[in-house]
Amino acid sequence: MTTLDDVIARSEHRSWISRVSSRQLFWVFIAAVLACLALSILTDSFATERNLFNVARNFAFVGIIAIGMTTVIASGGIDLSVGSTVVLSAMVISVTMEGGMPFLLAFPLALLAALLVGVLNGVLVAYAGMPPFVVTLGTLSAARSLAMVLSDNKMIWNFGPDHDLLIWVGGGSTLGIPHPLYVLAALALVMSLVFRWTRWGQHLLAIGSNENAAILTGIPVRRMKVSIYGVSALTAGLAGVLMAGWLGSVTTNLGQGMELTVIAAAVIGGANLAGGEGNALGAVVGALLIEVIRNSLILLGISTFWQGMFIGTFIVVAVAFDRVRHFRS
Amino acid sequence: MGDNGAGKTTLVKIIAGNFPPSTGEIRVDDQPVTFHNPRDAQRHGIEVVYQDLALCDNLSAASNVFLGRETMRSLGPLRYIDYAKMNRVAAELFRQLKSETRPRDLVRRMSGGQRQAVAIARTLLSEPKIVIMDEPTAAISVRQVAEVLDVIRRLRDHGISVILISHRMPDVFGVSDKIAVLRRGELVASKRADQSSPEEVTGLITGAIEAA
Repeated sequence: MTTLDDVIARSEHRSWISRVSSRQLFWVFIAAVLACLALSILTDSFATERNLFNVARNFAFVGIIAIGMTTVIASGGIDLSVGSTVVLSAMVISVTMEGGMPFLLAFPLALLAALLVGVLNGVLVAYAGMPPFVVTLGTLSAARSLAMVLSDNKMIWNFGPDHDLLIWVGGGSTLGIPHPLYVLAALALVMSLVFRWTRWGQHLLAIGSNENAAILTGIPVRRMKVSIYGVSALTAGLAGVLMAGWLGSVTTNLGQGMELTVIAAAVIGGANLAGGEGNALGAVVGALLIEVIRNSLILLGISTFWQGMFIGTFIVVAVAFDRVRHFRS
Repeated sequence: MGDNGAGKTTLVKIIAGNFPPSTGEIRVDDQPVTFHNPRDAQRHGIEVVYQDLALCDNLSAASNVFLGRETMRSLGPLRYIDYAKMNRVAAELFRQLKSETRPRDLVRRMSGGQRQAVAIARTLLSEPKIVIMDEPTAAISVRQVAEVLDVIRRLRDHGISVILISHRMPDVFGVSDKIAVLRRGELVASKRADQSSPEEVTGLITGAIEAA
């Protein structure tokens, strides 16, 4: 005999296995692991230290921005301007450092430039009520153009007195692990906690889930949106600085088309383009899967021109997967 | 009561602190109050069940009940959401409402009655003085209508004033003590239910009767 109390106390999932296997993240992670295993067997070069180091570093950049993108997507928006924010932040730090500014001053300045792009996005979306797609498409164009103006469209490869420090921060490694990976790990950890355990994270999902309900219950939706686009731009700015140090030179086509890869990583990792769902860990796993696929194309001798095909297919399949799931429930 | 476009929902949103009134004042227990946002109104004991229930499908029932006023715990300088307490309190509220609603489940997978329970539980969180229900019986089955009317009576027995916005004459006469009629943004009647009749109210809504 089940009483009302029993019913209320019951959890939806009977065991941790059914809980874990109901998550898209779990299956994407399995896919990434399987891809890695297959590549280790099929090629001699995948499981080498050198290659794994490269994979780790490459996916870290996409992963960092994908975490920011996940916050925007989970709130029901989209940020197309991240690729341009990357180049703007990289250009600000390289131009100012070339002019003799120390790293510790140029770094916050680069982040500030990125943040301004995000705040502009957020204000236009939240206060002017413009669609995020249009606003960020505008800043996508504007921020890259600003980077071109800043650098006069020249390549910058001399970062002034702190040159070696920037190269170390972005391209160096400690204990055999590249620095961007540390940044990614720290960011993923912090944002996972923020998503789950703070009001900000809870309200973010509420806005993405039902914006009207969020407004009616008194959540400061407009301020939230500005901060959400700010976070997204900050992650892009951070990645821009790290990429400048990794590449050792900055050109104005840095980060071009990156927004698509980042959106794909977020969506594969479980961010719902309709809003209300997404987690930081998923963005990281999504980015990892994309990088492993890209790496495998190179190692298996397949033209890298196929990469766009894979990413495009991934986005569509991930969204289709989501449709099927919702259709069933 | 009032026809579509009479201003019922707008009035609800003014009382709930969503819109500022263009003229006039709001008094709670004879004290004039001004609300700048829904949180102000909640502090004065005013809670609303919105027509579309204003639920977030991707959040759990407990999270929805506490939306915008989550209970927090401190760990040194850090503050985090106390899910255990939210689930416990929400479970207690569902028990009060006699609803088989699991606090940890996502609202997306719930029935119409359970969703109603979540929206109503939200209003009971802070021991309100006034609960406003905007068309709670518009989109649910006959059995659920009876349940909602039961809940309204239970709220009344707890000393909570319920303002019921409705189109459905039997519901209104079934539970109300006093009936007010709006027509094109104006109050045309406000009288005791037992001194009025469905015919009179219908006349007031359509304008066949000027005022009462």
